[in-house]
Amino acid sequence: MFNRDRWTEILQVLTTNWFRTVLTAFGVFWGIFILIILLAAGKGLENGIRADFGDIATNTMFMWSQGVTKSYKGLPKDRNFNFKVEDVDALWDNIPGLRYVSPRNQSGGFQGNNNVLRGLKGGAFSVYGDYPEIIRQEPMDITSGRFINHSDIKENRKVAVIGADVQKSLYEKDEEVLGTYIKVNGVNFMIIGTYHKSNANGNNEAQQDIYIPFTTFSQVFNRANNVGWMAITAVDGTPITILKEQIFSFLKERHTIHPKDLRAIGHFDLFEQFSRVVRLFGALEFVAYFVGILVLLSGIIGVSNIMLIVVKERTKEIGIRRALGEGPWSIKKQILMESIFLTIISGMAGIVFGTLLIYGINYVLDMNGPIDMFANPNVNLGVVVVALIILIISGLLAGFIPANSAIRVRPIEALRSE
Amino acid sequence: MIQIKNLHKSYKMGSNSLHVLKGIDFSVEEGELVAIMGSSGSGKSTLLNILGMLDGADSGDYVLDGVPIENLNETKAAQYRNKFLGFVFQSFNLINYKNAMENVALPLYYQKVGRKERQEKALKYLGQVGLKEWATHLPSELSGGQKQRVAIARAMAAEPKVLLADEPTGALDSTTSYEVMDLIQKINDDGNTILVVTHEPDIADMCKRIVHLKDGVIVEDKKIKQVRASAYV
Repeated sequence: MFNRDRWTEILQVLTTNWFRTVLTAFGVFWGIFILIILLAAGKGLENGIRADFGDIATNTMFMWSQGVTKSYKGLPKDRNFNFKVEDVDALWDNIPGLRYVSPRNQSGGFQGNNNVLRGLKGGAFSVYGDYPEIIRQEPMDITSGRFINHSDIKENRKVAVIGADVQKSLYEKDEEVLGTYIKVNGVNFMIIGTYHKSNANGNNEAQQDIYIPFTTFSQVFNRANNVGWMAITAVDGTPITILKEQIFSFLKERHTIHPKDLRAIGHFDLFEQFSRVVRLFGALEFVAYFVGILVLLSGIIGVSNIMLIVVKERTKEIGIRRALGEGPWSIKKQILMESIFLTIISGMAGIVFGTLLIYGINYVLDMNGPIDMFANPNVNLGVVVVALIILIISGLLAGFIPANSAIRVRPIEALRSE
Repeated sequence: MIQIKNLHKSYKMGSNSLHVLKGIDFSVEEGELVAIMGSSGSGKSTLLNILGMLDGADSGDYVLDGVPIENLNETKAAQYRNKFLGFVFQSFNLINYKNAMENVALPLYYQKVGRKERQEKALKYLGQVGLKEWATHLPSELSGGQKQRVAIARAMAAEPKVLLADEPTGALDSTTSYEVMDLIQKINDDGNTILVVTHEPDIADMCKRIVHLKDGVIVEDKKIKQVRASAYV
């Protein structure tokens, strides 16, 4: 392997016909280049989308009560029901594997009437009664002040956290916000914080929400112990998609709803959506490998072809060597090493150029700021190692047929050939 | 050194089979210089190829330096060729991208001789054929006679038991031919066994023994008085 004479000879053979060697090498170069670029592009897309999901707890589902559609235990259909505050504790006690359960009530929003006033200014905004944990399920940056805490909940404080757009509609620029009051449906709330959601997903209503403590909301807007909506996050490793059926049957049982009434509880399963996206990335990666390896394969076939021609051209030389006493294995090894050497050198060039291109793209991306759905394309070391292994194997494959054909010719025939 | 008994060889040409060697009995002692003569098609090259283990016989015994040569696979044949035999070809068969010294060193490489020793030996044998100053030249920069001398040096470098020369002067003019024969005679004088295939009578006369082949059988085998090539150089 590390034999100076062998390597001298490999270089001698490969440099005899520079042009041909370079053309052959280009096939492999191009294959590995495409593979690297495709994988990096896929990774860039993945990074982009993951950044859009941000640090939202993805193992989360949202559920709300809808109308009952099946009569059950003497109760009629077409009646309404509500989740209750007590349901939250019951869920904690009976369903294992929960991480956060946040009940919520909502008013306003959806192009409703002006429900929020401050002096002469006003606007229509969604108002949410929430628990402090919601900030872990629906992350937002607190740009000033603080978010709702458990003391607010316990003491039913009339405090509110408002979005950036709410602030823009109700306040002058540079006006102090914290400690001032706004009137929501006729009730005064003190502003304790402002937020900005970074992963808005293009939703332009994301900065137009007002958060107040859940208990305060229930009290001032007369919701009693009703809960309109719940965000439930499961612990990592237990998909909410599996847990949710358990939650639904438990709640149906509690509210005397037919177990087969599928329309009584509405929900949105974020984890399922997220898994779908993750599967998409898996598919993208597969396509990248598939296309890249096929392109590489055509390069390898090129190498194999040229090696066959080289062997053909050197038939006589191989005959001479065998007459002088070189064993068939030594000849085979020589051809295989030439082929592997050629593949690895051109493959390395492909990897280097691919990496340079990715570096360039990253540089341009950094200069021009973030682009939606695409960020930081890269290939990790693992991919490079895999590519190298693929190269060595393909070099072996490419040299295999030529090497065999080199020793298949009997020495006496090889010597006679011109 | 060489014992051959009842050697047969035929080639398949499509549905026909061409019987080339029809029972050759033949032996060579150590230190002999034998010319194998015959018209083309007489089987002399086939005989040399079988002796050189480049081709296998159909039947018959072949013993080389006490070693029976039979059931050879390619690896074994290559080892024997390397250890026992040196080849000199009509068309020189030097490797064109290696210089004279590298060509001479090649059989030593297959014997796994170290790099430094290989170069020393190669230079020594190049010196013996009078081409020491040409060591770094490529074959394309050498004349026909020089090429053949490099080829002889290469054949001798492995210190073989037997030197097999297939028409060594076939591609050379008569002056150069005699120079090459002079070299072969000197190597023979040192005690080496040499077989020369030729169809030129004057070359054959420079050997010590002439074996005539005709249609695959030996028709004549005689010892002769050697003509020294140095007289013509």
